[in-house]
Amino acid sequence: MSVTDSMYQQIILDHYKHPNNRGELSQFDAEVHHVNPTCGDEVTLRVRLADGEIAELGWVGEGCSISQASTSVMSDLVVGSSVSDALELQEKFLQLMQSQGHPDLSEEEIDALDDAIAFEGVSQYPARVKCALLGWMAMKSAVAEATASAESRSASTQAGE
Amino acid sequence: MFDVEVIRKDFPILSRHVHGVPLVYLDSANTSQKPQAVLDTLNDYYVNHNANVARAVHTLGSEATLLFEQARDKVAAFINAPRREEVVFTKNSSEALNLVAYSLSNASTTPGAERFRVGPGDNIVVTEMEHHSNLVPWQLLAQRTGAEFRYIPIDEQGRLVDSAIDERVDEHTKVLAFVHQSNALGTVNDVARLVGRAKAVGALTVIDASQSAPHRPLDVQALGADFVAFTGHKLYGPTGVGVLWGRYELLAAMPPFLGGGEMIETVDMSGTTFAAPPHRFEAGTPMIAEAIGLGAAIDYLTAIGMDNVQAHEAELTTYALQELMKVPDLKIIGPESPLDRGATISFTIKGIHPHDVSQLLDEFGIAVRAGHHCARPVCVRYGIAATTRASFGIYTTTAEIDALVAGVIKVQEMFG
Ligand SMILES: Cc1ncc(COP(=O)(O)O)c(C=O)c1O
Repeated sequence: MSVTDSMYQQIILDHYKHPNNRGELSQFDAEVHHVNPTCGDEVTLRVRLADGEIAELGWVGEGCSISQASTSVMSDLVVGSSVSDALELQEKFLQLMQSQGHPDLSEEEIDALDDAIAFEGVSQYPARVKCALLGWMAMKSAVAEATASAESRSASTQAGE
Repeated sequence: MFDVEVIRKDFPILSRHVHGVPLVYLDSANTSQKPQAVLDTLNDYYVNHNANVARAVHTLGSEATLLFEQARDKVAAFINAPRREEVVFTKNSSEALNLVAYSLSNASTTPGAERFRVGPGDNIVVTEMEHHSNLVPWQLLAQRTGAEFRYIPIDEQGRLVDSAIDERVDEHTKVLAFVHQSNALGTVNDVARLVGRAKAVGALTVIDASQSAPHRPLDVQALGADFVAFTGHKLYGPTGVGVLWGRYELLAAMPPFLGGGEMIETVDMSGTTFAAPPHRFEAGTPMIAEAIGLGAAIDYLTAIGMDNVQAHEAELTTYALQELMKVPDLKIIGPESPLDRGATISFTIKGIHPHDVSQLLDEFGIAVRAGHHCARPVCVRYGIAATTRASFGIYTTTAEIDALVAGVIKVQEMFG
């Protein structure tokens, strides 16, 4: 098979070998731990929000290259973006993964997905889709938790005033 | 004369291409491919003879019944069963093993079945290398009855720890269930040793022969166990059919597992009496075409000769172990010596997840399995999440093993 058809695009291998944003944040608003029983993949992810943005995201994990590379790509894309943009991107990536190899994305959406588009080939392998989604799902729940705890903090400070 | 190139021509699927390259199918331990003779038999049955068995007096019904019962004769001869009535058709190995476990369970409440009862103070023993199909049914039986569930551990080389056999199997052991050839490690267990110990303490013995039946001559009398289970789809036959062989004297005294049509002697609203084995354990319309197809697979294997199959695969195993062990950072999980070992080789590669290995090999046209192979305790034992597993069959060639080794090296280069 030709290299361009491979599920293992060079971008994926590069991120697997040299992952970004790997490490534990010392200051964070939420921490989540997600596992994918198919491959035994694991990701522990922390986020810190500031002014409605994902100010920092750090993750550690182990498992197959698809799960680890996808988490690295995701982290590059969402750090510094607003929470709503990050969640919107997560939705697009989910759509891509559920497309079974036939994504219906606009030029604009493809642009937004950036390096994450390299995972398109994974969508043809239902057993591996969970691997690619692992970090994205972790990010989504971490952001939800951080947002909820920020809201309850501000609610309690307001109540205290 | 065993000629693998001639054999390959009997398996139409082997000429398939995947991802634009010729298929190298190294997943026969998962399921085997089917020879044309089996496919033709299935087709001929439905085209010319289809009817229900044992119920219809018309011509088609008689033909179907005859073909189905002839398949039983073929199985009986294949495993050297003393009596054809000892061959029970099930849907697969899992059902065959559950049949025994549930029959023992039903013995708790069946008058006259006291000798099959299992309860508090008794124990049930399996091994650490069991497929979940020969582990979970016994774990469940222990939970239902209050018996203790035990296992014989494995060592670094994937062999049973011999000294543990006499310790774990004791005078309170009611059942010893073990795999003949491990699907995860390739290990072939010492049946005489295990059955000998079980007999000495009066325990029933159950052998899971799912991975041995396709690869070596199987003689239930020589094995000496009470029950032997295997599955048709790994034996070059169709899915949906398996076999439980049991000693007639035991089957004739055991309570049924499933109730329904065909398994009764007479039914009254006040109670039912049961048919003699094997029909007692074959409730409902059986897998008629599949059993007949399995008979065709057995004819095919018998014509080749199981001794020849074993010799061919021993050669492949020796060659594959030798070649794989030359690959740097590749670790065999299971025996590294071809002695007492089957043609199923699990391995790990440093720094590369087994799912990545198998996915990439697939892109090169090579089908292997990755995962815990339904024997999760084996992975737990070795502290790994999964292995990559290559398994061979009658149609496997040394050129395919070369392709595997080259594929593995290519994967290492991509990840290096
Ligand atoms: C050793 C062993 N036992 C039992 C089974 C279960 O066979 P089946 O799924 O056909 O019931 C398998 C295969 O999956 C096996 O390899």
